[in-house]
Amino acid sequence: MGDLLTKRLIACFDMQNGMVTKARQFQNNIPVDRAELVADRVYQDQIDEIIFYDITASAQKRCIDLETVAKVARKVFVPFTVGGGIKNLDEMYQVLKAGAEKISIDSMAVRCPDLIREGALAFGRQCIVLSMQVKRVAKSGRIPSGYEIMIDGARVATGLDAVVWARKGEELGAGEICVNSIDRDGTHAGYDLALTALISQQVNVPVIASGGAGHPRHVAEVFTRTGASGAIISSMLYSPLMPRNYTVREIKDYLADCRIPVRPWVETDPGMKTQA
Amino acid sequence: MIGVIDYKAGNAPSVLNALRTLNIKARLVSTPEALDSVTGLILPGVGSARATMDSLRELGLIPALEEKVFGEKTPFLGICIGMQILMEYSAEGDTPCLGWLKGRVDKFDGAVRIPQMGWNKVTFQRRDPVLAGLPEKEFFYFVNSYYVRPEAEEVVLATTHYGREFCSMLAWGPIYATQFHTEKSGAAGLQLLKNFASLAGGGRSADETPHCLF
Repeated sequence: MGDLLTKRLIACFDMQNGMVTKARQFQNNIPVDRAELVADRVYQDQIDEIIFYDITASAQKRCIDLETVAKVARKVFVPFTVGGGIKNLDEMYQVLKAGAEKISIDSMAVRCPDLIREGALAFGRQCIVLSMQVKRVAKSGRIPSGYEIMIDGARVATGLDAVVWARKGEELGAGEICVNSIDRDGTHAGYDLALTALISQQVNVPVIASGGAGHPRHVAEVFTRTGASGAIISSMLYSPLMPRNYTVREIKDYLADCRIPVRPWVETDPGMKTQA
Repeated sequence: MIGVIDYKAGNAPSVLNALRTLNIKARLVSTPEALDSVTGLILPGVGSARATMDSLRELGLIPALEEKVFGEKTPFLGICIGMQILMEYSAEGDTPCLGWLKGRVDKFDGAVRIPQMGWNKVTFQRRDPVLAGLPEKEFFYFVNSYYVRPEAEEVVLATTHYGREFCSMLAWGPIYATQFHTEKSGAAGLQLLKNFASLAGGGRSADETPHCLF
C-alpha cells in the first residue's frame, strides 16, 4: 500500500568460469557468453537491475570470482547484486569493493543466520538480499505454509517453513527477500503466484519473485496479483533453450500496456538527449 | 580531478567506475592531504548515518572538507547517506551530523515498504547547470529508509513521492546532493554525474551558479 515505486525488472545470470551459463532446475549448465558482454547487452537494453550468481563457488569452497564481478561492475550502471557461497564479512567486503552494491546470501544464511545481522550492521540492510530456495511440500505441523526452505543447490531440505524464515530474515536485517520457487525454476510456466503473494504479505521489506518466467504475461501476472516489488527474468532474455527470447524493451512495453508502473524504456542515449 | 571520498563502507568503487566510463579523471581520497589537488568532491554513501559520521571523523576529513567546500567553494556532491549527513541531525541512531545545511533526517512512516528500493520519479523544481540535458521529470534509483527535511525551501532542487513528498535532490552554493544513487541510475544518472564533473572541472566556478546563496 502506498507503494509508488515502479516495478523492477531484474536480470539474473548464473556464472561459471567467467561465462554466463543456463541451467534447467539446477542441472545441465550450458555456456551462453562472457559475463561482462551479457551484462553490457542487458544494461544497454535498460534493465532495472542485475544479479549474478557464482554457481560453483560454494561447492568448490572458494571465494566468488571477483575478477568477473569487477568486469561486470565496470559495464553496468544499475544496481548489481552478487551471490554464491559468501560466508563472512570479509568476503562481503571484497565483493562490494569489486563494485557490487548488494550481496545475496542463501544457504549460508540458513546455516548461520547471524550472517544476515552482521552484514546488515556492517554495510547497511539495503546491502543484504536474503535469497530463499522454496519447495512446495505437504502442509504439516513443522511446515504450516506448505513451503519449505531448501539449501545447497536446492538438494537439501531444511525443515524450515518459508514464511517463518522470511520473517526471521527481515528481523535479522535483510533489506530484500528474493523468493525462488524450485518447482517453477526453469519451467517457463510462470511464477508461483501463491508463494510470492504469501511472502510479500508477511514481510515489509521488498520481495522479489523468482523462478518460472517464460513470457511477459508471467511478469505482468506477478506484479498485478502479488505484492512483489521486483521480478527476476532470466531464460526469457537469453536462454538458447527457449523457443524465443524477449528484449527488456519488449517486456517493459508489455507491462506498460498492462498499466503496470515501470521505468519506461527511452529511445535516446544520454549524449543525444535534448533539453526538456 | 574529482576526489571520491572513500571511507571503506561506502560505494566509492561504483562511483569511480561510473566516472571512469565517462572519461572523467577521478581518484579515491581518504586523507585530508589528498583533498588538496581535487577540483570536485563526491561523498558517496551507503549504510548508516552514524557509521558514516564516525568514519569521516576517524579519517580526520571533516575540517578539510569544510575548508574545501566553504573556503574554496569546491563543487561537492553528496549521494544517499552522503546527502543525509549534510543536515544537522539524523533520527537514524540519534546522530548529530555535519550541519552544513539546516534541517533534519527522518524515517519514512510504516505505510510504505521500507527501505524504498527501486526506480522512482524525480521532479526537478527549477533548472540548474547540473541538470543539463535532463528532462523535467526523470527516473532514478533509490535505496533509503530515511529522507532529508531541509528547513530552507530554496535548497530543494527536486522532489519525489514515496508515501509522502520528500526532497530527493538539493543544491546550495557549491553543494549538491542526491538521495538517489545517481551512479546506479543508468543513462540519466551518468548524465548528472557528467554535468557535475563539468561544473567541477574548472570551466565554471561554483560562484557563477544561479542559485548561489553564499
